[in-house]
Amino acid sequence: MDAPFVRFEEVYKSFGPKKVLQGVTFDIRPGETMVVLGGSGSGKSVLLRHIIGLHRPDRGRVLVEGEDIVPHDEDELVHVRKKIGMLFQGGALFDSMNVADNVGYGLREHTDLDAEAIAAKVREKLAMVELSGVEHLMPSELSGGMRKRVALARSIAMEPRGILYDEPTTGLDPVTAGTINDLMRSMQSRLHVTSVVVTHDIDSALYVGDRIAFLFEGRMLFVGTVEEAKRSPEPELQKFLSGGGRVHRGA
Amino acid sequence: MTGGATRALEQVGSFSILVARSAREAVRRRPEGAVVLDQLYHLGVLSVGIATITALFTGMVLAIQTSYSLAAYGAKFFVGDIVSLSIVRELGPVLTALMVGGRVGAGITAEVGTMNVTEQIDAIRALASSPIRKLVVPKVIAIVIMLPVLVVLSDFVGIMGGFLMAVTSLNQPGAFYMQHVIKAIHPEDILSGLGKTVVFALLIAFIACYKGLTATGGADGVGRATTETVVASSLSILISDFFLTKLFLAF
Repeated sequence: MDAPFVRFEEVYKSFGPKKVLQGVTFDIRPGETMVVLGGSGSGKSVLLRHIIGLHRPDRGRVLVEGEDIVPHDEDELVHVRKKIGMLFQGGALFDSMNVADNVGYGLREHTDLDAEAIAAKVREKLAMVELSGVEHLMPSELSGGMRKRVALARSIAMEPRGILYDEPTTGLDPVTAGTINDLMRSMQSRLHVTSVVVTHDIDSALYVGDRIAFLFEGRMLFVGTVEEAKRSPEPELQKFLSGGGRVHRGA
Repeated sequence: MTGGATRALEQVGSFSILVARSAREAVRRRPEGAVVLDQLYHLGVLSVGIATITALFTGMVLAIQTSYSLAAYGAKFFVGDIVSLSIVRELGPVLTALMVGGRVGAGITAEVGTMNVTEQIDAIRALASSPIRKLVVPKVIAIVIMLPVLVVLSDFVGIMGGFLMAVTSLNQPGAFYMQHVIKAIHPEDILSGLGKTVVFALLIAFIACYKGLTATGGADGVGRATTETVVASSLSILISDFFLTKLFLAF
């Protein structure tokens, strides 16, 4: 089997007295979509941010394509961050820039492409998230769903090998959430990337995920395929899965 | 108590790291001219109004007050000397720094702080770029260039405020007032004032950026950080002014 795209080895992280990650170990395989499930405050977003060094563990190792990134400083993390894009929960679009400048940010920073080539790339990436003619709009003029899509276009602009999604469907109406789910799947099939999706949205998890990792109170209670998750005897996971299902069926 | 002391030490530590990293980024990669120019306009040119109004009225009040006090000693012909020296050595730099520092510092903390709590700072890092290079360095450079310019302008306007009062209400001939001004001010007076100003500029810029980069907790946290910036930069200007005055007088 291929070496893991990302490997967590006994990762611990605390913020002051609050223990967020307590010995997390698991692998993310190249090309798969790994969904990290967990309730609010389970530490899943913190986990995700470790993959590109936005957080540094107190203990343990985080390996990206075999390279331990924990000792890296901001300069040494540049090449890791170039190969992995991240979609932030609120989009985190730069308020002071229009859509085109947001999407082209990485290209302007890291490539020698001229303005015309960047504009073409921006158009292409926006088309991939099914947007067109929005280049001149400011983030404040976009709806929640559009912001997410522009942010997704920005995170794939550098043609990364991995995409990290932090709560991609949170705060969206069901129809828009469905569009984002479809986009995540289309990214996967068209770009052949490795995806890590952090969510508490069960429907989204079951729809986009190849495998599921279940994080509970800073510990990884389960890692396996969607089918294995459904059969798992782990009570907390079952509670989580059925809870989400009930909400869904009730809706 | 020890918790408070540890926190204070931590803050001094991370503030120093910010200053050191900014210095390194500034020399390592040429700051983007367009961004610095934009900051020069927003932080500098747009501060001309409050700087000149402050200086004009300070100069006028100073002329009236000194004339009133000196009259008792029959020495009111020295109004020009006292007004110009007080302004060039002390009031020009300090009052301009306090006023511009309040305006500019609050603006920077609000901007950077909002970017921080909406994950835009993390987005810059995730896009393999440096928030210090993109945000902090251009602001520091702009303030260090513009504050001395504003102080020179304030010195001139302040002295002219005194001139206005001398001529209109103190019955001094304009040429007489100006002769005293020119005789009183030596180049080292102007230089010591400008020397202080550079230190004030660095304090304003770094305190404002630091408070912004460490703001947490949404709008509430950004509001608190902005207030802290105004208080901290004002106090640090007044306190450092004392030591700088002693230092410059020693030479």
